[in-house]
Amino acid sequence: MRDFIERHSIWSAIIALVALVLLYLIFAIWPEWLIDAIGRKKVFLNALFNGITLGGLYFLVASGFTLIFGLMRNVNMAHGGLYLLGGYIGFFVADATGSWLLAFPVAFLVAGFLGVILQLTVFRRMEGQDLRQTLVTIGISIVLADLMLWGVGGDFYNINPPSWLSGPMETGLVTSQRVRSSGEVVTSYLKYPMVRIVIFLASVAIGLAMWLVLNKTRVGMLIRAGVDDRDMLSATGARIQLVFVGVFFFGAGLAGLAGVVGATFQSAAPGEDTRFLLASLVVVIVGGMGSIPGAALGALLIGLAEQFGSVYFPTYAVVLTFLIMVAVLAFRPQGLMGR
Amino acid sequence: MALSETTTSPNEDTKVWIERVPAPYWIVGVILLIIPSFASDFVMFQIFGWTFILGMIATSLMFLGGYGGMVSLAQMTFAGVAGYMVAIFGESAIDTISLGWPWYIAIPLALIIAMLFATAIGWLAVRTEGIYTIMITLAIAAAFFYFTRQNYDIFNGFQGFNSVLPPPLFGVDWRGPEAFYYLTLFWAAATYFAVLYLSRAPFGLALQGVRDNPRRMAALGYNVTAHRVAAYAFSAIPAGVGGILLTWQSAQISPGTVGIQPAIDILIIAVVGGLSHPVGAFIGAFLYVVLKTFAVDFLIAIGLSGDRFQLLIGLGFLLVVAFSEDGLLGLWKKLRDSRKRDPLTGEVRE
Repeated sequence: MRDFIERHSIWSAIIALVALVLLYLIFAIWPEWLIDAIGRKKVFLNALFNGITLGGLYFLVASGFTLIFGLMRNVNMAHGGLYLLGGYIGFFVADATGSWLLAFPVAFLVAGFLGVILQLTVFRRMEGQDLRQTLVTIGISIVLADLMLWGVGGDFYNINPPSWLSGPMETGLVTSQRVRSSGEVVTSYLKYPMVRIVIFLASVAIGLAMWLVLNKTRVGMLIRAGVDDRDMLSATGARIQLVFVGVFFFGAGLAGLAGVVGATFQSAAPGEDTRFLLASLVVVIVGGMGSIPGAALGALLIGLAEQFGSVYFPTYAVVLTFLIMVAVLAFRPQGLMGR
Repeated sequence: MALSETTTSPNEDTKVWIERVPAPYWIVGVILLIIPSFASDFVMFQIFGWTFILGMIATSLMFLGGYGGMVSLAQMTFAGVAGYMVAIFGESAIDTISLGWPWYIAIPLALIIAMLFATAIGWLAVRTEGIYTIMITLAIAAAFFYFTRQNYDIFNGFQGFNSVLPPPLFGVDWRGPEAFYYLTLFWAAATYFAVLYLSRAPFGLALQGVRDNPRRMAALGYNVTAHRVAAYAFSAIPAGVGGILLTWQSAQISPGTVGIQPAIDILIIAVVGGLSHPVGAFIGAFLYVVLKTFAVDFLIAIGLSGDRFQLLIGLGFLLVVAFSEDGLLGLWKKLRDSRKRDPLTGEVRE
């Protein structure tokens, strides 16, 4: 941290300034001129919260993608397919058992096992042939998408969160203050869907857990060593193929897990697989390939850009995301947190 | 036509150029030229017209991927840019946007804009390598798709442009089956020979050198980035011509034309055909078109619903990629090598 401030003093100042402005925008009661300039505070806060929680979802999808990529240099284009599969499985499990929580482990396991099969049948057989692996996974994603369309049809599936999670939550943030003609001051507070906040906190917890495992445990050490130098690691006698299978299981499982989250947030439908594959691509390009903190930062940026874009300049929301990617590529091709 | 470029062995230099053209070129050329005399309008316009168009766009990918080592998913986007520009500068039913300029301005302008666009995209994409290029070009293709769908001022949003027709040059209706067949055949042949020629020209050789060992080429004094960006710029020409012809064929262009699915289809066509020679792109395109046209009948015949077309394409693609390193051309080469192989020693005989 101190290092960063010393080396990039200008950037640190800019980041601090942005943080201050953001804090002001969140906690202050907006004066009239600000409302005239950029609209009501409620809209802004909603966009902010939506962006952050969407970022959490993007992080779940992209972290599995970036983990697999970082360790094995495999671009798993079927990642979006695994995500959508997780969403469908989550829906049917939740529908059949009535338990929303049960949907998560089932989707995680099924997607994870599919990932293991992928690793064993495709990636291990074509090790070192990046392009071919990518092409094969593109083929698999096409087949998977069509099989799912065949199996469940083109309808939208939406998982209902349990009753203790549904409904709004008082956040305690003031959105507006009005003085009525009678002289009494009416303060309204922002209400936000409980389930989104809970899911966001859960994805933060998963992210932290991943970071801890990667940095503080023996398995994490193996994985980090594998990211740096795969051949040298296997030469020291580590069973690298086992690590590969484990990481693939976990990464693919995360995609399935994220599918359940996505089906609760929004819905599971054909086309969502490509959408989330693209989102994870952009997230890891922006954040830096193979970096978990990078995925978190990228996911947050892209989530915020998408939500603010759709609120403040609806026509060009996608272009905003794209511009972020272009800017990162032009000035820092390895990604914000990439090495 | 630059047919003489197709020979390699120096001892044939004494022959007249026409004698140096290998036999397969004669056979394929004659067949392609006389097809309109017996084929139905549907076969000429839909099957062959479409094959040549997709083949051209796939050739631009083959050029980048095979000679430049850069597999780009943005080729359909370059084609789409050219198609959109023809609709915007030329005439269409959306006369509030279309400028209605004559074809001899609209078409070159469309190609130039597609080329500039490809140069910009190429400049971005060459900052990355290998699989990253696929990801970035895919993201670009998706961004362009969503942009055209949401922008109503220039790209007319979801509907796009309809009634985009070829100019009635020389009094010919270029959308007539025969005229369109020869038009697309001409441009496909031009693309084929241009790419083949370029692959043996100094630029193409340098590009292949950059593909094989960028560091060594840089040490030899070649500007690696410039060669790669130039390859993107060139690839926009066949893609752009293909895009314009595609727009004329369906008489419309809309975001669906430049979607993610078409972009991946182009990749499938090029990879299934093979990236080592331009002929692969056309073989892949022909297979794709035949499959797309007749898959419904085939699927219904084996008791599945006609909607399972993507499954068929995906499985076919998977099989080819899983068993061959270079698509159908790779399989063909393997077969030829195995027949040449000496049964005793297992070595390849020349």
